[in-house]
Amino acid sequence: MGYVAIKGGGKAISGAEKLLEFVRTRQGQSAEPLDLDTIENQLYFLHSRIMSEGGLFHPKLASLAIKQSLGDTLEASFALRAYRSTKPRLVESPVLDTSSMRVIRRISASFKDIPGGQMLGASSDYALRLMRTELLDESPEAFKAVAAKWLDENRHDDIPDTFPKVLDALREEGLLPPVDEAAAEKKPFDITREPLVFPVPRSAALSTMARSETGSILAIAYSNMRGYGDIHPTVAELRVGYLPVMLPHPITGELIEVGEVLMTECEVVAMYEDEEDGGKPTFSLGYGACFGHNEVKAISMSILDRALQSGMKNGPTNPSEDPEFVLLHIDGIDSMGFCTHYKMPHYVTFQSDMDRLRTTQDKHDDKHDDKNPGADNV
Amino acid sequence: MSNQANTSDIQFRQASVEYNFGFLDEYAKKEVRRSVLKAIAIPGYQVPYSSREMPMGRGFGTGGLQLTLSLIGKQDTLKVIDQGSDDSVNAVNLRSFIEMTCPGIDTTTKVSEANLIQSRHRIPEQALREDQVLVLQVPYPDALVVVEPSEDKRKIMHGEADYSRLLVKLYEDIVKFDEITISHRYPTRINRHYVIDSSPIPRWDVPKMNDSRALILLGAGREKKIYAVPPYTLAEPLEFDDVPFRVESFDDETDKRRTCHRCGCDHSFLDEFVDAISGEKLYQCSDSDYCDEQLKARSVKQGLEG
Repeated sequence: MGYVAIKGGGKAISGAEKLLEFVRTRQGQSAEPLDLDTIENQLYFLHSRIMSEGGLFHPKLASLAIKQSLGDTLEASFALRAYRSTKPRLVESPVLDTSSMRVIRRISASFKDIPGGQMLGASSDYALRLMRTELLDESPEAFKAVAAKWLDENRHDDIPDTFPKVLDALREEGLLPPVDEAAAEKKPFDITREPLVFPVPRSAALSTMARSETGSILAIAYSNMRGYGDIHPTVAELRVGYLPVMLPHPITGELIEVGEVLMTECEVVAMYEDEEDGGKPTFSLGYGACFGHNEVKAISMSILDRALQSGMKNGPTNPSEDPEFVLLHIDGIDSMGFCTHYKMPHYVTFQSDMDRLRTTQDKHDDKHDDKNPGADNV
Repeated sequence: MSNQANTSDIQFRQASVEYNFGFLDEYAKKEVRRSVLKAIAIPGYQVPYSSREMPMGRGFGTGGLQLTLSLIGKQDTLKVIDQGSDDSVNAVNLRSFIEMTCPGIDTTTKVSEANLIQSRHRIPEQALREDQVLVLQVPYPDALVVVEPSEDKRKIMHGEADYSRLLVKLYEDIVKFDEITISHRYPTRINRHYVIDSSPIPRWDVPKMNDSRALILLGAGREKKIYAVPPYTLAEPLEFDDVPFRVESFDDETDKRRTCHRCGCDHSFLDEFVDAISGEKLYQCSDSDYCDEQLKARSVKQGLEG
């Protein structure tokens, strides 16, 4: 009676978790559990998305997060992010130069002939989205044969490892502003150790967007593309590859490579603006980068970087140019958590709401009665 | 520890990785404690802090949880409540997580035994003591958000103690409805300057903040703010001279105070619900520990009389 809904919480939680675990394993006797390598390889883009939104480059734990969350992207990123909370920040890397990236894909929409050439890499951009029915019942033999054949036909040393940056060429021609060396010297804002108190530096905006939820950042960037904004970007370069991570040696202080991270980077060129100091007008730039292979996210981020810079300079004229609006609404962990919390009991506040409504209704009735003395007198 | 809260049936959940005591690393805890000191020094001011992601949903009490985990030590006795109950799903979930990551602490359901109390939506009915700390979970830390969506602008308004738009909102409520419509999260002025969002406690609990013997800490994890109502500090709900602040009424149609059907208490915040069998509307103390205590006191009294 009565308190059934609120009591017995411990058993209820335990039961619900066990049931979810059953759902994960219910496929039956013939089923194989997902192994982490399969997730990392065959669910490559999902895996990339989780590392990016989780804000932690840990391929193995990202796979585990996907496995234990039954493929829910918000939940998986959440688990990875929460794991990150338990780790102290021990050392900082210097600013890493993405021209040293071991590139697996790079394209430019600004020129056909970019230095080093276009390299499509692995992409579904031009694929026909038809159902590939031959995969309905794919045999392990056929599956393995595809990879073996590809490796046989393609020589690994055909392609150079690194490529020059498209922006460098544009910069040499005087079409872009010079690199802001002073900004590069500034210590970047660490969003994992400091809260966002507006106005925030660009580095805070960039790192917030780098671990944002893909759909959220796409939606706000799309509003700018459609007309709630005026960026009109051209993708100067979009590159995907493995970026060497350098850290100072603990004793000698010399920079050494400790590993590499898969990253997507996008640089957009946008229309020029008036130069306040009367200098030569140049194109403006937007930058996006995130862990993993996430092209839509990196492009969205670069457009919003441009929009936010414009909003910070001239005052926002639409939501995508407002740093507070953009940066406080694109985090998947924050937004899904708060959305989910509405499922929790709100008995006390609702009781309090009812008190307000009833009091207001009573007053309304009293007033109504005063104004209409009743039908008897008619 | 006479009354160990019963969470042992959650053996299903085990920490599969070795975590630091209190889950957070020590740097994170230190940051929270420094923010707490600042919050106490400037009563009602929302101190921004970095707020780590916790392994439970933003909105489920991660702000309160970070406060608790940063403050708790092995000598402490903890009580966790949600909607006034120690046994509601979220309270059980938080308590089991804290027990799992803070081995050696004691937990209790009794207000009198706890020195650290984490709560969502209620302040216990029993008056708190000087040696107790109450941690409240906060979804919206800023009372001004109902009149100003931009945090940047709100910060300026708080600094200038400019609450004119909030007072206009209350006034407009009276014009439209003859009543101030804010039920829970009642805006409350602390130490005659900052107006806080009192967290979603009912109006009933707001007066308990005034001149409280216990330190009250409020933590908003998602919004990354910590603020405090220090002991023996003024906490005044916004009101007008001719429209005083009022708590929820539990009077029936004949203006008689309703009582708890279980313990007979006539001075506690009541939950109303419909009896599944009789279809009758029933009222019961929202604070389950207080209800148990009242029931015990009543049976002792009856025993003595009988």
